[in-house]
Amino acid sequence: MTDCIVSIDVPANRYDLLCLEGLARGLQVFKNKLDAPRYRRVSPVSGDRQRLIITKETAAVRPHAVAAVLRNITFTQERYDSFIELQEKLHQNICRKRSLVAIGTHDLDTISGPFTFTAKRPGDISFRPLNQTKEYTATQLMSLYKTDSHLKHYLPIIEDKPVYPIIYDSNGVVLSMPPIINGDHSKISLQTKNVFIECTATDLTKAKIVLDMMVTMFSEYSDFLSFFSESAESIAQLLTRMCLLSQTTGDELEVEIPPTRPDVIHACDIMEDAAVAYGFNNITRTIPRTYTVANQLPLNKLTELLRQDLAAAGFTEALNFALCSQEDIADKLGKRISETGAVHISNPKTADFQVARTTLLPGLLKTIAANRKMPLPLKLFEISDVVLKDQNKDVGARNSRRFSAVYYNKTPGFEVIHGLLDRTMQLLEVKAVRGGGYHIQAADDSTFFPGRCAEIFVCGKSVGRLGVLHPDVISHFELTMPCSALEMDIEPFL
Amino acid sequence: MADTGVAEALLRQIEKVDGGADSLELANSLGVDHQVVVGAVKSLQALGDVISAELRSSKHWELTEEGTEIAEQGSHEARVFGSIPPEGLPQAELMKRSFGKIGFSKAMSNKWIRLDKSTEGGPRIFRTVESIQDQVRETLLLVQRGRSTQLEEKEKNELKKRKLLSEVTVKSYWITKDSSFSTTVSKQETELTPEMIATGSWKEKKFKPYNFEAMGVAPDCGHLHPLMKVRTQFRQIFLEMGFTEMPTNNFIESSFWNFDSLFQPQQHPARDQHDTFFLSEPELAHQFPWDYLERVKRVHSQGGYGSQGYKYDWKLEEAQKNILRTHTTAVSARMLYKLAQQETFSPVKYFSIDRVFRNETLDATHLAEFHQIEGVVADYGMTLGDLMGVLHQFFTKLGITKLRFKPAYNPYTEPSMEVFSYHEGEAYGLLVPLAELGTQTGLSSPIRSLRPGLEHGASSLDRSYGTSSWPLL
Repeated sequence: MTDCIVSIDVPANRYDLLCLEGLARGLQVFKNKLDAPRYRRVSPVSGDRQRLIITKETAAVRPHAVAAVLRNITFTQERYDSFIELQEKLHQNICRKRSLVAIGTHDLDTISGPFTFTAKRPGDISFRPLNQTKEYTATQLMSLYKTDSHLKHYLPIIEDKPVYPIIYDSNGVVLSMPPIINGDHSKISLQTKNVFIECTATDLTKAKIVLDMMVTMFSEYSDFLSFFSESAESIAQLLTRMCLLSQTTGDELEVEIPPTRPDVIHACDIMEDAAVAYGFNNITRTIPRTYTVANQLPLNKLTELLRQDLAAAGFTEALNFALCSQEDIADKLGKRISETGAVHISNPKTADFQVARTTLLPGLLKTIAANRKMPLPLKLFEISDVVLKDQNKDVGARNSRRFSAVYYNKTPGFEVIHGLLDRTMQLLEVKAVRGGGYHIQAADDSTFFPGRCAEIFVCGKSVGRLGVLHPDVISHFELTMPCSALEMDIEPFL
Repeated sequence: MADTGVAEALLRQIEKVDGGADSLELANSLGVDHQVVVGAVKSLQALGDVISAELRSSKHWELTEEGTEIAEQGSHEARVFGSIPPEGLPQAELMKRSFGKIGFSKAMSNKWIRLDKSTEGGPRIFRTVESIQDQVRETLLLVQRGRSTQLEEKEKNELKKRKLLSEVTVKSYWITKDSSFSTTVSKQETELTPEMIATGSWKEKKFKPYNFEAMGVAPDCGHLHPLMKVRTQFRQIFLEMGFTEMPTNNFIESSFWNFDSLFQPQQHPARDQHDTFFLSEPELAHQFPWDYLERVKRVHSQGGYGSQGYKYDWKLEEAQKNILRTHTTAVSARMLYKLAQQETFSPVKYFSIDRVFRNETLDATHLAEFHQIEGVVADYGMTLGDLMGVLHQFFTKLGITKLRFKPAYNPYTEPSMEVFSYHEGEAYGLLVPLAELGTQTGLSSPIRSLRPGLEHGASSLDRSYGTSSWPLL
């Protein structure tokens, strides 16, 4: 038999499947090889329970903390590695890179409670951090770790705060300075038998979830938990195989949600697990009996009809990005960005995503620039949305459906573009008369060559422009031939 | 036809000859380049059965550049021999000459010279024989004069190895008279003209044969964009299945409709700067259905409608942030809200195919903008089986019948699934998963349905897929 590698995709809401222990347990319960575990909190054999005292100073920087103790643990190298790895995965995942929750694990036998979680000025904190030989103040640690490839990412979480979080034991030994680093004194080794787990956080709900995960995943290595089994039938059985212990009581189903499943927050989550256990592909496929008559969106219907006829007229459709640079819609067209009414993006990764386009023209010209080697003439069109600011909309902006065409050749071909306009109007059943139909008249526009630009009027209202492009515009888009263009709004024609 | 002069001269030559003529010889006798003759032959062939030309190839030997040099000046070894005076020549001296190296070893193997290493002043070369015969040069001269056939194959191959000779293939034609032979070249018409039809003169003319192997003239037409054609196809399928098109002409959306109303928590990574495009202008949305907003806030922070919620502090400022929509599900949310405002509930089936935006790093499989397909069915008693059935119908219309469903996770659908199509390999009977067709499919979380006020029991099926990879199908 050959070895095969199985790749397992763990969805974002199943923290209990992030470590081998949790995955193995879930599988075994599903296959009825193991009973669904029930987790119980257990008191220590001797002495009182441990206490973690939270002082009010923490409110300024990291207000919440929860803690737990795992007793009589036996670590092997593999279990230890798994333990550390789960912490890292939780840190990256639900803890949002330690900003929401930070986990600290300590050898309980090296420290003594009660433990205090407080916050102090950085200069007042001094301890020997993990894997170091001497003591540092917190201020020194901030500069020490600036060059540490792993830890430097977490420094900004507390760096600029007046006080830093810090956990002490009753003898003043530092357990950890969350979320940065633990103390060396309480570090865990393969010999550790009792583990103190603390989770400090800015989100209490998440802290509880994280603590539950840490405790439940590794409780199997502790001598202190026992497992119960319950009998059930059909759905109760399915749910139980998913670690959601269930039993039927009359017509209803009672389900116990273990701490390993914080993602179950509604009855529908329970039903989903039942469906997963049953197997999605075993469910019979049916057709809903909903009878409806379909309607097209009028704007899209118009667009579809126009597209076909424009291709028939010999123009080729282009599909361009809605996002572009500021220059594309302003400077390169001989306009100012403030005149465009454009919507600006606050976090573009590159200059190509600075604004949403207010005109289709730059996209078409870029397409021509990318296809200069093709035989002339190049005739392109696009019918698509541009974005404009609009105070009358709830979000402050709206889309506008435009039709744009360009003709690129050794001669500008104004008559070709004009002819296309006439044909389009014919398709839209608008007559070539002033007032009741459409007409064009001379206009000044910095995008176009002087004397070669006209504005399009339909029933007295301006819907767009056409003309020969200004040579500057042609050069800005790295083109060399004359070019005529047309752009108009088609929403008025609905 | 160019150069009818050559063609006619050719024809006259052939007429004189009985049998046929070789094109090379004809070229010689007419005093023109062989290629010109070839050209004339070709154009004569196009006229029909005037001549027939058989392609022949013959090989003959030619001198290389080096070979030519040797034929003139003698072989290297002979020149070596010639340069040694009676008293001998120091080896070092000899090596300075251009023919020195090669000639030396050859002359040595021919035993024409000997090397005395013991002489004073360095090794010296002496002649061993009185005179020599420059066999190599003589052989080359023979070839040059065209008498290569007198030589043995072995000799020729030797010289070929030394790169003095090369074998050249020459193509020529053997031209003979054919059935319609004549010494005049009659002009052929290419096309029928209106005059010919009017006068009937076409009956007397000969027409050039068509070349049916070539392609025709491509029609000068416009084209639709391939991705848009795919979109048209999908739109058609939805309409055939009774789905009504949603108005999606709003790229700008508020975080409220895009995330919050879809039960996506405010600290979720998808709402990060890294995944979503936020706006600097206009930065915030200001109008909301405030009643509904309060309900959304409550479910997020405290729970409601049977849910425990996420239990965190829900902030209005987060919800107000404007973004470029990350999915068209935002539009579905608006539509379902509107539906819930109706007096009486009516079942609906909605769809849309439009652009969405993700702030991703661009690479071969990821774009910042792509199209998404969205479908919603809202009615009482919708089941998972119904969702899978609808999907099955949809894909069947695309010709894909083999589907498998796999559980997935989504904040706003529960249960959620991913759809895969697979291909059965006939040879081995294996199931090979082909492509991940869709993501984020599921029964809309009742929280979402109920919040807009839809009655308990109604649920909606949500599907959304990215379209840029569709054409792969």
